[in-house]
Amino acid sequence: MRIFPRDLETLWTLFTAPVVWAVHFLACYLTVAIHCAKGGGERQFAMLQFVLGGVTLAALATIAISAFLAWRQWGFGTTDPPHDDPTEEARKLFQGFATLLLSALSFVAVLFVATPLLAIDGCFS
Amino acid sequence: MAAALLSTFLLSACTGPQSVFGAAGREASAIEDLIVVTAVGAACAWFIVTSLLIYAGRVRRHRFAEETAQRFITWGGVVIPTVLLFALLSYALWSMPATRPWFDRQQADLEIEVTGEQYWWRIRYLNTSGDVAFETANELKLPVDRRIRVSLKANDVIHSFWIPALGGKMDMIPGRTNTLWLEPTRIGSYRGPCAEFCGTSHALMTLTAIVMTMEDFETWRQGRINKSPTSADAGAAFQRNGCPACHAIDGTDAKGLVGPNLTAFKDRLRLGAAANTRDNLFRFIRDAGEFKPGAQMPAFPMIPEGELNAIVDYLAGET
Ligand code: HEC
Ligand SMILES: [Cu+2]
Repeated sequence: MRIFPRDLETLWTLFTAPVVWAVHFLACYLTVAIHCAKGGGERQFAMLQFVLGGVTLAALATIAISAFLAWRQWGFGTTDPPHDDPTEEARKLFQGFATLLLSALSFVAVLFVATPLLAIDGCFS
Repeated sequence: MAAALLSTFLLSACTGPQSVFGAAGREASAIEDLIVVTAVGAACAWFIVTSLLIYAGRVRRHRFAEETAQRFITWGGVVIPTVLLFALLSYALWSMPATRPWFDRQQADLEIEVTGEQYWWRIRYLNTSGDVAFETANELKLPVDRRIRVSLKANDVIHSFWIPALGGKMDMIPGRTNTLWLEPTRIGSYRGPCAEFCGTSHALMTLTAIVMTMEDFETWRQGRINKSPTSADAGAAFQRNGCPACHAIDGTDAKGLVGPNLTAFKDRLRLGAAANTRDNLFRFIRDAGEFKPGAQMPAFPMIPEGELNAIVDYLAGET
């Protein structure tokens, strides 16, 4: 008896990008909130902006990789959607295409989440 | 006809003493700009999408080529909306320092503390060392073109301070002090409602902000600080009927802190949510609950009419 099927079909590739988006969102908002709640100073805030800028780049890179893998799974766009045949192949292509679109959405979302970092220059107390 | 009706509805809310669109303060102007830019942006998007919908459904009734449709979706459905949203977001973020300005305490020209109470506003003007110079209620006098630091507090439940013509809204929370910076730019009188439901008379909890020239403001302020004592006789009826237990009148023995400070009450424009007339004053003292259901001031049905008139004379500055 095996617990996992031999050919592991997983939806996690599909979810990677949105999960990165969610984690990045929490990283940004929670860090700034905690920093300010603890009476964070201006110098440290600049540092925080720098670190979160790095986190943002890492998130964008991860999403870009996920997008590339999805693009590959979709056969680099050689066939057109909707991929709705009842075959294993169509399912694979469909998942690849859906993952690619989700990655694009997540990429833009991460950018939107990060832009306030450029506009905020410290904590209010 | 419908358009006329709609525009009447829309425009009727756009002027008057309690409107975001009649900005009379720095922060309010920034908020007005933000609303206009985002609303115009949204209206353009709505207009274009609706036009395309009508075009596709009514005018052009045959299919697009696959390729054209694809390109249209990519640009019209993905690229343009993303760029447009990003532009609006950037504009909103860029305008943040103006829509909620923040300064160091030393940069304040004047400091005021406003406390929300069921169902009135306690207003304290502070002196330069941060101590209370004098107290008043429900009428906020402000000098024009000065930077004013307003500390917001609450005594009982959550209230919310909002004078749309001067700036944005900020909650008043028991046990906390929130800070709001106001910078009025136009002389006039503006209305502010309590913007957080706080009890039966919430809707009657209103505040009047009076923006005046610096000279007028200074004259008024000095007058309040150097309030000369009134003769003890004049306030005898006020004293006799227990009003000083809750009300203070500067320069007299009345030092109660439960209710509004009634110094120079005759100069106030409004009483509760009504006009400050002798008749209203008489009825308010008789039964405050008639004006403001649930008001924390007891009714005084037992005060004889002559006695009550003497109190009204006194508060109306006629003795
Ligand atoms: C138990 C405390 C208490 C006593 C005693 C009391 N008041 Fe009041 N009074 C209040 C409170 C609280 C308010 C605010 C009510 C509100 O606006 O919700 C008030 C409001 C007022 C106002 C309106 C102030 C304003 O700015 O709108 C007047 C005028 C007034 N009282 C006069 C009197 C007189 C005159 C007496 C004596 C006969 C008296 N009060 C006795 C508590 C008291
Ligand atoms: Cu209130």
